[in-house]
Amino acid sequence: MTIPIPAVSAPLEVVPDDSVTMAEPSAPPGGEGRSPGRLAWRRFKRDRTGVVSAYVVLFFFVVAICAPLIAKVYGKNPYTTYGQNDPSLLNDFGFPVKPNGGISSHFWFGIEPQLGRDVFTFLIYGIRNSLLIATATTLLVTVLGIVVGITVGYLGGRTDYLIGRVIDILLAFPSTLFFIAFWPVLISIMVSPEENTPVWLTVVSLISVMTAFGWAPIARLLRGEVLALREREFVEASKVTGASPARIIFKELLPNLWTPILIQATLALPMFVTTEAALAFLGVGLSDPTPDWGVMIQNGAKYYESDITFMLFPGLSMVIFVIAFNLLGDSVRDALDPKTKR
Amino acid sequence: MSSTTPPAPAASPAPAGAHSAAPAGTPLLEVSGLTKHFPVMGGFPIRRRIGAVQAVDGLDFSVAAGESLGLVGESGCGKSTTGRLITRLLEPTGGRITYRGQDITHASRRQLAPVRSEIQMIFQDPYASLNPRQTVGRIVSGPMEINGIGPPGGRERRVRELLETVGLNPEHYNRFPHEFSGGQRQRIGVARALALEPKLIVADEPVSALDVSIQAQVVNLLQEVQRNLGIAFVFIAHDLAVVRHFSQRVAVMYLGRIVEVADRDQLYGNPRHPYTRALLSAVPEVAADDAAPPRERIRLAGDVPSPLNPPSGCRFRTRCWKATERCGSESPPLVRAEGSGEGHLSACHYPEDVAALTESKGSRGTKGVTGSVDLEISKEP
Repeated sequence: MTIPIPAVSAPLEVVPDDSVTMAEPSAPPGGEGRSPGRLAWRRFKRDRTGVVSAYVVLFFFVVAICAPLIAKVYGKNPYTTYGQNDPSLLNDFGFPVKPNGGISSHFWFGIEPQLGRDVFTFLIYGIRNSLLIATATTLLVTVLGIVVGITVGYLGGRTDYLIGRVIDILLAFPSTLFFIAFWPVLISIMVSPEENTPVWLTVVSLISVMTAFGWAPIARLLRGEVLALREREFVEASKVTGASPARIIFKELLPNLWTPILIQATLALPMFVTTEAALAFLGVGLSDPTPDWGVMIQNGAKYYESDITFMLFPGLSMVIFVIAFNLLGDSVRDALDPKTKR
Repeated sequence: MSSTTPPAPAASPAPAGAHSAAPAGTPLLEVSGLTKHFPVMGGFPIRRRIGAVQAVDGLDFSVAAGESLGLVGESGCGKSTTGRLITRLLEPTGGRITYRGQDITHASRRQLAPVRSEIQMIFQDPYASLNPRQTVGRIVSGPMEINGIGPPGGRERRVRELLETVGLNPEHYNRFPHEFSGGQRQRIGVARALALEPKLIVADEPVSALDVSIQAQVVNLLQEVQRNLGIAFVFIAHDLAVVRHFSQRVAVMYLGRIVEVADRDQLYGNPRHPYTRALLSAVPEVAADDAAPPRERIRLAGDVPSPLNPPSGCRFRTRCWKATERCGSESPPLVRAEGSGEGHLSACHYPEDVAALTESKGSRGTKGVTGSVDLEISKEP
C-alpha cells in the first residue's frame, strides 16, 4: 500500500525477473507454443515400436483399400475356381499338386484345396472385408460412446444412474453367445428360407450387434473423465463468462477427452477384428463365398492336418495385424499420457 | 474509489453500460440473508435427504463500486461457497443477491448474460483454472467470444493488450498453459477476468496456491488493477496479511456466518469479536520488535464444529472463552457494538474492549504480504 502505483501499461516492478527470463529459452520468440498434441506426436516419433507397428498397420490398411487394384495387377480374383478349371493344379484328392499348398509364380500363396481358389486374392479381399467391418464398428462405437459418456457425465443425477445400470448390464452380457444364438433366428425372420442371405444384411447386422454391445466400455470411461473434468476450475471459469452447456462440452471438455478416446479406439479395433473373425469361424456372420479372415481360417481348419499352409497365411497375417495394432495402441497411450509408466 | 482514468488499453468501451446507471452511493453488490445448504443424501434402499451442510447461513454484506472487500476465515467456513454464490456458480438456497439493483439470486443463464460480463472470477488453483488444451490467446479471448464482444482492432489485439496489462509478454499469445509457471498462469487468469471489463471480480484465494515470493507479485498486480481500473473486489483469503494489504474493508467469517465486518484499520486495530481477536493473535510476527513485550496469544480450544449440525445461538460459543448461557440461546445480530467506529459491525453479545489490541497497530505493515497465517487450533492444556 505504500508502493507508488504506475500506470497500468507500465511494467510492474516485480514482473521482469518472472516473465522474461522463463519464457524466452523455451521457444523461439513469437513462435507457436508447443501444443499438447504436438508434444505427443514428438514422443510418438521417438518410440520405435510404435512407429514400426504404425507402418505395419498402415500397410494392412493400404492393402485392404487397394485390394481390387492389387488383384487386377496380379490378374486373379478370389471367386474363380482356378483349380477346377485347370486340372493340372489339383490332384485326384483335390489337393494342390505343387508342394506347400501349391505356391508358385502364378499363385503366390498357393491355391485352395477342392475349389482351387487363389489364396492371395482371397486373403487381401478378406482383409478388406474384415477391416471394413471392424473400422465401421469402431467408428460407430466411438461416436456412440462419446455421446452417451459425455451426456451422462455432464448431466449426472438420474440419467447417470439409469444409463449406468444399462452399461453394467451390457458389460455383463455374453454378447458372442447372444449373437450365435439369436442371429440365425433374426435372419430367418428377415429372409425367407429359399433365398440366400444377402451379404449386406450380414454385414449390417454384424456391425450393429457389435456396436450395440461395444459402446459400453468407452461410454463408462468417458463418463468418469467428464465427472472429474466438469469440477475443474476452467469449466467454472467458462461458466462465469456465460458459456452455454454446448460450448462447455465441445470447447472445454471434448478437447481434453481425445486422449482416452483415441486410446480406446485403437485398442477396440483389433478386438473387433478378432470378434468378427471368431463369429465367421463359428459359422455366424460372413460365410464362405465372401472372402473374410474368419472364413479363411474356418476353411484352413479343414485341411491343416494334411497341409498347414492354408491356415498359415490368414492366421499369421491376422496375428501380425492384431499385435501391431495393439502395440500401436500402447504407443499412442504412452505418447499422449507421458505419466504412464510401464 | 479511485477515479483515475484508466490509460488507453483499459479505456475500451464499457460493456453494456446503458442499463446500469446506478445512482451514486448505491452499493454495486448487495447480499442479504444469503444461505446455501448442501443436502446430504443417504439411507437405503431409498435415498433421501438426511441432513444439510450449512455452508453459508445468512450472510449480509455489500460491496461498493471500486471497493475491495476481504473475506477471511478458517478452511471450511464458507468463504469459497460465498464467492461461488455471488458469481452464481451455485444456486443459493435462500436470501437475495442484488447487483446494481437487479435481483440475480435465481436468474437463469440467459437472464444473467448481461451481468455475467460484469462479475468475473479469479480462481485459486492456477493449474486447474486454465484449460490445458487451449492457447493463452484462446483462453483470454474466450469470454469475449462467448459474449460476442468485438473490440476495436480485433480480439487478438485486445488480448495482447491484456497480456501486457497483467505483465506478460504479448508474444505468449500462442503458448499453452503448461509452458508457464504458477505465477504466470495466475496472471493469465487475471487477464481472462479482465477481458470483459468487469465491475466486480471475485477472487477466490487467488494467491494461496503460489509461492510466497510470487504471491506478492500477484497481489500487487491485483491492487493495480483495482486502483487503475476501478474494479471492485471480493477478495477471499485465509491469509490475514494478504487481506490487510489488499482490502479496504474486511469481513471475518466463521462457520457460514459473518462475525465481524469493518474497515481494515478498525478491524485489525480494534477487533470487537473474540474470534477476530483470536485470529489476529495467531498471526506469526516475522519481524517482531525485540523491545516490545511478547504479544498475548489466544489459543482456541477444540475443533470447528461440523456445519452439518452447527451450535445453537452464537456459532463460536463452543470455542469462546466468554461464552455464557445467553450465547447458546440467542444468536447475536451483526450490529455496530457500543464504541465501534462507523460501519464496524460485529456479532457478539460481549464484544471485546475497544483498543484491546492497539499495541499491534504499530506493526501494521507495508510489507505484510508475506508470511501466511495458519490458525493455531490446539487444545488448552
